[in-house]
Amino acid sequence: MKRIILLIVATAITFAFATESNAQCKNFAQKICKLELLPYIHDGIYNATTLAEGETAELFKTFYSGQEYRLAICGDDMLPRVEFEVLDGERNVLFSNKNNNYSKVWDFKLESSQQLIISIQVPTNDKMSDQLASGCVAVLVGFLNNENSFDQF
Amino acid sequence: MNSKFLTLKTLGIFVVIVFTAFIFACNSTDNKVTTEDDLEVNPELMEDLNKAKQVFYSLPSPIETAMLIKRAGAKYNEEFLNKIENISKYSTNKSMALNLGVYSADLSFASMFDQPQASIKYLSTCKKLADDLGILNAIDKGIIDRMDKNVNNRDSLMEIISETLMNSNSFLKENDRPETAAIILVGAWVEGLYIATKIAKTSNSNKELVDRIVDQRLSLNTLLSLLEEYKDGNSKETVNELLSKLGEINSVFEKIQITTTKVETSVDNTTNVTTLNSKTKIAISPEVFDTLCVRVDNFRTEITN
Repeated sequence: MKRIILLIVATAITFAFATESNAQCKNFAQKICKLELLPYIHDGIYNATTLAEGETAELFKTFYSGQEYRLAICGDDMLPRVEFEVLDGERNVLFSNKNNNYSKVWDFKLESSQQLIISIQVPTNDKMSDQLASGCVAVLVGFLNNENSFDQF
Repeated sequence: MNSKFLTLKTLGIFVVIVFTAFIFACNSTDNKVTTEDDLEVNPELMEDLNKAKQVFYSLPSPIETAMLIKRAGAKYNEEFLNKIENISKYSTNKSMALNLGVYSADLSFASMFDQPQASIKYLSTCKKLADDLGILNAIDKGIIDRMDKNVNNRDSLMEIISETLMNSNSFLKENDRPETAAIILVGAWVEGLYIATKIAKTSNSNKELVDRIVDQRLSLNTLLSLLEEYKDGNSKETVNELLSKLGEINSVFEKIQITTTKVETSVDNTTNVTTLNSKTKIAISPEVFDTLCVRVDNFRTEITN
């Protein structure tokens, strides 16, 4: 009986440890990155992953005409400053945060709806090191609750 | 002696399990640092790392779809929403996930059109389905209480709905059920398109709404790409079925003639907002539009019945 209880406790501990890191990434997105969106309303879609130095990720998303968006891309403090570019369907660069003081956010609107590609890179640290850092990177999208903004074009 | 041996053996199992958990946590924790013993950093490795690329598809949000429908000049009609009583029909994981998406879209739609009673009813329905799907704490009592208190404040309602969506799709993605998150959003996308087509068919000529409906071809591409990733996974039967149904809708979208000019950017220096300028020309015949509406209607009926 004791053995069974011990095994149950051990399994619970295993589960707790294993989910801890996932919860950290979720909390990072929810508690920290989401604040970058204000005063835009988060669209409710969770996009976050763990990236290491040198790794890249791409996110495909459709953005609609007339809507005003804010894109927030946040990396864990342990990571070098996350670089991101926004590309159109032909992979032309529309925005690069490297040219904008490594901004975490980009505000934009569209004349016509487009599928855009958000390309994210965690650069390698400048310092010579034998250690590679990795951490959570979150990509969140917010929009303004504006009515009748189709009129603007 | 024997009992002592058993105790030691049990302790051994415990140590192994805890050690495994510790290793697992270390491997997946944020801010992970790989030591020199594990990895020698050399140019080839760095090159390989630089080539590593993760690809994600971000699906359309039900809140955003509801806002698009409203801004296109649509009027609220509760008849177009899925009836609350239908919840008793949903007992399989597939039907619960799809209809959680459908009801999330209905909740967003009701809230966007300032319908407090309907919003509360749909939130409770979403909670029931989320609970049945084992999505822990997606919609807890605190959220329902906040909804009650802020039912006349649309921005607060949007914020609450956004939070519930984030809770459920982050829970599913982080508990190795990303395909369920995708299936929920398929339900939400179909419901949004269904409501938009119903309004377009029953109201006077509404070019904005038709344009927004045609825009959904872009989100459909994203949906198809995402579902392709799960077609051999845990829910492959459902995913392949959805791919087939969505493919039928996509084949209608492909009949629409669309031309888009190259995107040029301009920045408003006062607001720091960038505008992506490009023109899109859409040519859709009434027959193609009717076919699209029928296919969406059929698919939505299959999901909700």
